Amino acid sequence: MSDILSHEILQNIWFFLWGLLWAIYFALDGFDLGMGTLLPFLAKNDTDRRIIFNAAGPFWDGNEVWLITAGGVTFAAFPLAYAVMFSALYAPLLILLFALIFRAVSFEFRNKIDHPQWRAVWDGFQFLGSFLPALLLGVAFANLFQGIPINEKGVYLGNIIKLLNPYGLLGGIFFVLMFAMHGALWLAIKSLAPMHDRALNAAAVIWPLLACVAVAFLLATAHYTPLYNNYLSAPVMMLIPILAVIALFAMRFLLKANLTGGAFAASAGFILLVTLFGVFGMYPALIPSSLSPEASITVGKAASSQLTLTIMLCVALVCVPVVIAYQAWVFSIFSHKVTEEELDSDHAY
Amino acid sequence: MDVVMLSRLQFAVTVFFHFIFVPLTLGLSVLLAVMETIYVRTGNEQYKRMAKFWGKLFLINFALGVVTGITLEFQFGTNWSNYSHSVGDIFGSILAIEATLAFFLESTFIAVWHFGWERVSKRVHCFAIWAVAVAGNLSAVWIIIANGWMQNPVGSEFVAGKAILTDFFAVIGNPFAWSQYFHTILAAWMLSGFFVLAISAWHLVRKNEVDFFNRSFKMASAWTLALALLLAVHGHGHGMTVAKYQPTKLAAMESHWESASSAPMYLLTLPNEAKKENYFELLPVPGFLSFLAYGDFNAEVKGLKELAPLDFAEFQRKTGYDPAKPVAEMPDGSKLLRPMQPEEAMPPVLLTFLSFRLMVGLAGLFILLAALAWVWRDSIAERPGFARILLYAIPLPYIAIMAGWTVAEVGRQPWIVHKLMLTVQGISPVPDSSVALSLAAFIVIYGLLGVVDIYLLRRYAIKGPAA
Repeated sequence: MSDILSHEILQNIWFFLWGLLWAIYFALDGFDLGMGTLLPFLAKNDTDRRIIFNAAGPFWDGNEVWLITAGGVTFAAFPLAYAVMFSALYAPLLILLFALIFRAVSFEFRNKIDHPQWRAVWDGFQFLGSFLPALLLGVAFANLFQGIPINEKGVYLGNIIKLLNPYGLLGGIFFVLMFAMHGALWLAIKSLAPMHDRALNAAAVIWPLLACVAVAFLLATAHYTPLYNNYLSAPVMMLIPILAVIALFAMRFLLKANLTGGAFAASAGFILLVTLFGVFGMYPALIPSSLSPEASITVGKAASSQLTLTIMLCVALVCVPVVIAYQAWVFSIFSHKVTEEELDSDHAY
Repeated sequence: MDVVMLSRLQFAVTVFFHFIFVPLTLGLSVLLAVMETIYVRTGNEQYKRMAKFWGKLFLINFALGVVTGITLEFQFGTNWSNYSHSVGDIFGSILAIEATLAFFLESTFIAVWHFGWERVSKRVHCFAIWAVAVAGNLSAVWIIIANGWMQNPVGSEFVAGKAILTDFFAVIGNPFAWSQYFHTILAAWMLSGFFVLAISAWHLVRKNEVDFFNRSFKMASAWTLALALLLAVHGHGHGMTVAKYQPTKLAAMESHWESASSAPMYLLTLPNEAKKENYFELLPVPGFLSFLAYGDFNAEVKGLKELAPLDFAEFQRKTGYDPAKPVAEMPDGSKLLRPMQPEEAMPPVLLTFLSFRLMVGLAGLFILLAALAWVWRDSIAERPGFARILLYAIPLPYIAIMAGWTVAEVGRQPWIVHKLMLTVQGISPVPDSSVALSLAAFIVIYGLLGVVDIYLLRRYAIKGPAA
């Protein structure tokens, strides 16, 4: 059974799936991280805040499992990449982790005690716990795109300050805006006026900023990273960044046409394409080294055995469609708008 | 402290904290599913209220279980990168399968259950809590298969320091893992029973919602007694499994230094690790250790002094271990050396021994408490003393479970993968200061969140179903 696909083909399939998992994670968790980031700007009172919390309510946990799966797949399919990436990015990763912990408990704890100060604390954690992961994920991925200082032994020779270089920071800002846009559109879908209108206004304000930063990022990528080399050697792949730009403008067009659902879909497509653009540009490296090309962690160097990759592929082919089916079902159950009546029920956040 | 000790401590802190929340999730989800099924079958609204009330406590507990679990998945990479690189082929794939097969199911259906009371039909809602219960307990299957592989590494071979999968079905059929799984699950379910008993008894003594808490108490009393008894029977079987696959751990559990046939068990003894003997050995039960380990009063039980060098010789033969080789190269260019001698290849005996005795002692107490709760299931309101004992006993199953995991993990030392890889060989090349800082952060943050969570659990438990 394990010989149907060669080891090399399996490695490439898993590289593609690895990129796709991160892309799906960003496209899903992006909207609830974005809403959390917008919380202090869009909510004027406790009811407003509760609308935002409940617009994420049934989804954020299921979305976050894509992160766990992306991490798990990195571990399973490319153990060396997992080992080097997670130990090299020790400090930012732990900050990300603490942020996500505080964010998760803020959902569960906030509504448990009806006291303004208690709630203010968890609102603060919801904001920080959403903004910081967006920023850090952007900084981390931008740094991966340009390569990080690891030696031949996979030992990281940099520090957290070195990650905050201009391109890394630009990546961070890009992710924050991308998720904020995504969150504003989701909130518009899930809420009634006046929050609905406020969310649409926010989207209209964020879009030009996002467009500028996105273009700046695509240009800076040519300057700071070797990503375009892959695209120049296989020009058909240029479709990915081109489609990303089209998705970006479609967002604006659909927003103006009052098709919020379409704009949200375009935003999701934009996030997917941007992520895939970066990941495919890195191929065959999972973690390019900025010190020497030989030290880069490549697909061939990092991959698990043929048997493991085959079994994982079987599990993925059987289970992931099922996961997507039941998650889609849950999205359809809870696609309604958050109403006053729903906020009064005893199980709302 | 160096990076090895700090990383071990950090793992211990984070895994123990995570496991405060896991057992209740595993057991209470099943009880909730049973309650809601009764509601759907009989239409008795009281059972819907039960599912809602116990469900609220379940959700407060669940939140911290989820977030602290993410830490663990990341931590293999952050702090045990050499381990991750060496065993990812097996260990990593098991974790990835856990996420795909179980964690998605649990996290998605908990939302249906939490928010879906008015959105989906009764039956679909009931199905959602069953999905959560099954997924949680299935999650534990994969996690313990992963841990079981570290305890008894089957279905794989070590080539040049890397474990390569050779037989997937051997890994998932690992007898050690399944024995450990049932031991864990029975304990977790029993813990949930005591949780429900104690809170119900507290309300019954105060005559709050008598019908509601009577039903809860009765259901939990039969459940808890059955589990406490099953756990004792299974625990003996698990001891024999440990004796078969990890005789060194068993010897440490019993502080058994010298090999002997028809080995007695000493009811009172205390290990002296420095001298590799016991300070005193009182009240022997003749041949009982031989019986516990091998089901035969005359069997030979090998002692630590014989086993440890044997284990090490096997390790050297299989992996070509060279004590002069550094275990890691650090970012500052220094090399981390941790040479180990054959006679050191034994677990910390005192900690393993005391944890085991504590667990077994508590298990006896649980049978007694569960039996009394079952006998007095109709008269608990008139027994405030016993209700108070049950309340103060809430932490005890937690302590027993922690002690059990201490036996499993500390008793496996010095190996991270039994007789194939030393714990020190698994370390990440991360500066000591980074780990010290993150460990301090974990202690402070987890401490705070733990306090808040327990405060909320207490508050909502006291409020009762009316609120």
